[in-house]
Amino acid sequence: MAHDGLTFILLNAMLMNNFVLALFLGLCPFMGVSGKLETALPMGLATTFVMLISSMCAWVINEVLVAWDIQFLRLIAYITVIASAVQLVEMTLKKFTPGLFRALGIFLPLITTNCAILGLALFQTFREYSFTQSLAYATGAGAGFTLAIVLMAGLRQRLDISGPPDMVKGAALSMMLGGLLSLSFMGFAGLGGGH
Amino acid sequence: MMAAKAKRRDTAITWEVFSQGLWRDNPVLVMLLGLCPVLAVSNSAMNALAMGLATTFVLISSGALVSLLRNFIPAQVRIATYIIIIATFVTIVDYAIQAISLDLYKALGAFIQLIVVNCIILGRAEAYASRNTLARSVINALGMGLGFTGALVVLGGIREILGAGALFGVPLFGAGFEPWVVMILPPGGFIVLSLMLVAVNWINARRERAGRTEEQADGA
Amino acid sequence: MTSREINHAPGTPAWPLILVLGLAAMMSGMLVVAVHQFTSPIIAENQRRAVARAIGRVVPGAVGNRAFIVENGKLIPAGEKARGEVIYAAYGKDGKLLGIAARAGAQGYADMIHMLFGYDPESGRILGFEVLKMTETPGLGDKIASDGKFRANFPLDARLDGTGKKLAHPIVTVKHGKKSKPWEIDAISGATISSRAVGKALNEAAGRLLPVIHANLDMLRAAAPGRGATGEEK
Repeated sequence: MAHDGLTFILLNAMLMNNFVLALFLGLCPFMGVSGKLETALPMGLATTFVMLISSMCAWVINEVLVAWDIQFLRLIAYITVIASAVQLVEMTLKKFTPGLFRALGIFLPLITTNCAILGLALFQTFREYSFTQSLAYATGAGAGFTLAIVLMAGLRQRLDISGPPDMVKGAALSMMLGGLLSLSFMGFAGLGGGH
Repeated sequence: MMAAKAKRRDTAITWEVFSQGLWRDNPVLVMLLGLCPVLAVSNSAMNALAMGLATTFVLISSGALVSLLRNFIPAQVRIATYIIIIATFVTIVDYAIQAISLDLYKALGAFIQLIVVNCIILGRAEAYASRNTLARSVINALGMGLGFTGALVVLGGIREILGAGALFGVPLFGAGFEPWVVMILPPGGFIVLSLMLVAVNWINARRERAGRTEEQADGA
Repeated sequence: MTSREINHAPGTPAWPLILVLGLAAMMSGMLVVAVHQFTSPIIAENQRRAVARAIGRVVPGAVGNRAFIVENGKLIPAGEKARGEVIYAAYGKDGKLLGIAARAGAQGYADMIHMLFGYDPESGRILGFEVLKMTETPGLGDKIASDGKFRANFPLDARLDGTGKKLAHPIVTVKHGKKSKPWEIDAISGATISSRAVGKALNEAAGRLLPVIHANLDMLRAAAPGRGATGEEK
């Protein structure tokens, strides 16, 4: 697979350099929301959607910033765009699919402080991806985030019922689970690359 | 998450204001805030220290500015204003690090700019700086920042010692040391943090028991 | 987790909100611009020094360098804000062209490996390389940066063929211990994929850049710092 091909970028972002398990981005919602399977999947999908929109907007903004040579405004511009994108998604969902909006509830505003979204925008800029490459990157990142959060939710649900000792309950246990998941995802290294 | 501990200190408000972030409400170990940007670059003590200090700088400066302007910012736009302020100081830190050490900048990469979405900073601005005087906000931010940096340096130090046989770049063991490589890879970050949290729980449980035994003895 | 609902109280005039936000944005902008103005020269100097250091490591003895952008087979002198592929011509104390430093990259085990390599056009050999950025497995893949035996692969034969348009022999990484030709790279045992990445990167970059370098060799020889970028005396 070509190393800058779209499939490779997508797989890389999803598995080999998973945003949560390899880059530690998106931990806040990962730890906070992954308690139940029913909430984990919609959260993952909503995040993926916001990632796609932010990725496109970030690419356009960066082109403008570079053209005018004002890259030092990049961070402020990206943050503004992400907050606005989330606001936009919220309003759109509320208007067109109110059922889904209610189901997601508090999760939508939380997506703004999700480090993964800003991280996505910054990384794609640093790697100088083209527009389509950025979209592939965002899709892979979102898919990887969803995968990780769903796996985590499943594991946690089972673990919580089985009565762990008090000393490790809560965050410590989630972190250990994250570590084991991260370890297992390391098995994807080398996928699609050399042989 | 944390059971309330019996407060034994009758010291002045200023000490409590400072020490809140050091242990009782340590951002990393208790509130688990702001982990995202930092776990990725905590695979060595030096990187952890740099990241912690950068975050502390942003915490203090944005807390100071928010506190100074707290009576002028309308409630409806406060979050947006805080974010603009925080993003400004993060951009400043980003350029400062590039100017001080390009090598350090390359090691930390894009994670410096991710400080802007570090939940601690926005959280403290909203919960504390917007309601307290300048002095209290700055001191509280300093305590939070030091607690944050301290926990991170411990995390980074453990990972570096086990995973690279060095601390702050200084090799500790001989050439024959076989490093536990997974410790400086991402799973190591999760695992070491998890064990640190277990240790914190254990220490707090012991303190609680000691506190309760004392109360029982007093009451007898 | 802080909730981020922004509520609008009924009847509140909008103009104070806009005013505050506008003022905040303006103050923020001014502050950032000021810091940027102050730090830009320092950062640019840091970057110049870092580049010169890296070039000095891949083209031994280089004291000065000049940057060029590769565009359609031509080399154009690069300004400070060059965009596009940049190569560096490295010169010795007497202004003699010692070699060319250029970037190469290929997918390694974990992610892209970015490197700088030095090429001597007189002998047609790649003198060495320096890893700029990699995330290979510590202790295994990352040995490509430090392993003495791997470094002994260089200088590498990278001569062009008769037409001058491609490498006479493609650079290829072979299994550890099996190197028999001067254009082969002996892989590090246990780090095959990372070693192969080095071979792939060099082969791709050399195949693409070396013909362009040779086509413009006279210009490069004459362009030492202290003279103008196209050879005129300053």
